[in-house]
Amino acid sequence: MNSQILGRSVYPLLGVVVILALWQIYTWLSGISPLVLPSPVQIASVSIKRYDLLLQQTWPTLVETILGFALALLIGIPLAVLVANSRLFNLVLYPILVAMQSIPKVAIAPIILVWFGLGLSSKLALAFLVAFFPIVVDTATGLTATPPGLLELAHALCASRRQVFLKVQMPAALPFIFAGSKVAITLAVIGAVIGEFVGSVTGLGNLVLAANAQLDGPLAWAALVWLSALGILLFAAVALAERLMMPWEHASHH
Amino acid sequence: MIEPAIQRDPGPPKSRSGAVTSEDSSRRPFGRFENVHKTFKRPGQASLVAIDTVSFNLYAGQLIALLGPSGCGKTTFLRIAAGLIPKTSGIVEINGIEVERPQPDFGMVFQQPNLMPWRTVLKNVLFPIEIQGDADGGAVQRAADLLLLVGLSGFEHSYPSQLSGGMQQRVALCRALVHQPKLLLMDEPFGALDELTRMEMQDLLLDIRAKTAATVMLVTHSISEAIYLSDEVAVFTSRPAKVADFITVDLPYSRRPETRYAPEFTELEHRAGRALGITR
Repeated sequence: MNSQILGRSVYPLLGVVVILALWQIYTWLSGISPLVLPSPVQIASVSIKRYDLLLQQTWPTLVETILGFALALLIGIPLAVLVANSRLFNLVLYPILVAMQSIPKVAIAPIILVWFGLGLSSKLALAFLVAFFPIVVDTATGLTATPPGLLELAHALCASRRQVFLKVQMPAALPFIFAGSKVAITLAVIGAVIGEFVGSVTGLGNLVLAANAQLDGPLAWAALVWLSALGILLFAAVALAERLMMPWEHASHH
Repeated sequence: MIEPAIQRDPGPPKSRSGAVTSEDSSRRPFGRFENVHKTFKRPGQASLVAIDTVSFNLYAGQLIALLGPSGCGKTTFLRIAAGLIPKTSGIVEINGIEVERPQPDFGMVFQQPNLMPWRTVLKNVLFPIEIQGDADGGAVQRAADLLLLVGLSGFEHSYPSQLSGGMQQRVALCRALVHQPKLLLMDEPFGALDELTRMEMQDLLLDIRAKTAATVMLVTHSISEAIYLSDEVAVFTSRPAKVADFITVDLPYSRRPETRYAPEFTELEHRAGRALGITR
């Protein structure tokens, strides 16, 4: 058991360490300019030294991401309920949703910026737009994938439509909703950064651009490291919420 | 559970067809099935006659088995009795009500346990109470008593995924009984279990029945299961279903595993086999 846990954390770490070591050695030997490719040690030291700046720039990105994701849940789940339960809504909405999804978000970012301005709301809108689709599709799939045996049981007990929805369909769809949410939260970070790239004065995405423009390679890379750490943390938060809300999935076996 | 214990010896005088003889006309059947017929309309195909005509009576406290080959329409018949699907014609009257939709005072056990993975064992058993909204304080106690009866006390707060198939089906049995149904409908309830678990569950069902005096209608394709459990066995022909034979099982309760080796038991199995066209 202990050796299993050890193995599961040691091997992934080992891979990362090897790559970082090779990277470090390469930058030493090649003498490549830090603007083009800073060494891992440089990036790490900037990540720590400029902690204040990085943390300060993390907040806007974090807020944009979380609000966009929350809005995607708030609008996406009820929409999925409509799509899953009404044939009319399904026929009307699905093509629109798919059409919306096939528009490259980078391409509409400038338009969003025109509509919502340089502030928080345009980043929020972009984070929402990319996070929204996986939530709707996965939730709708989950709601229509209720085991027929459970529906028949509820029917045999004279359950109302509302009871079937709340006590059978919704809990049965939870694993799907969380699967969609995990994809959505990582996409929401990307959406927020797209927004920051196109027009912004704050955020980690903006910092990457600004550092690059000032030929400060190590800072740009440090901002990237922080961004990816942010994505991982948010993903872990959703995974934790899943564990807490679905304890039966992790119940130990006798 | 609501029904008073039925005095089963001497049993109600019945003819071989299951019809009540004239001297017993005072005893009204609990369930009346008359010329029940079912045709499935299939778009673009010839319609499918699932049940030709089936008629019999069911008496309160009885356990009746519908025995027949796979796909013969016995499950369709049970689902009609449960009000889950409509009949094409005929009379299905249970407890004085013409059954056209599911009845809240029926309990149902399916071939699969159909437990909700997100609910604990106790919450699964209490599901019917929750749906029907009559959560008197006694419900939790009743659920606990039932779980004790099936040997699952201590597992109240386990999740279904932590239980074996046989244990899950026992939970399903408790769930079907928790709201004290007037009629228990069972659709090949032990069909998915291994032989030993199955025999255990059969004895458990007999035990529960002795304690609750529940009226039970059970679908099975096992001859020995049908004989072992039932007061009456309606042997169905292959599709379209008709009643080939209606066998009164005169073996005394309580039945024990040894009962399976009694000559009378074998004789009844033989008779059912003949009705099914398996033996001569």
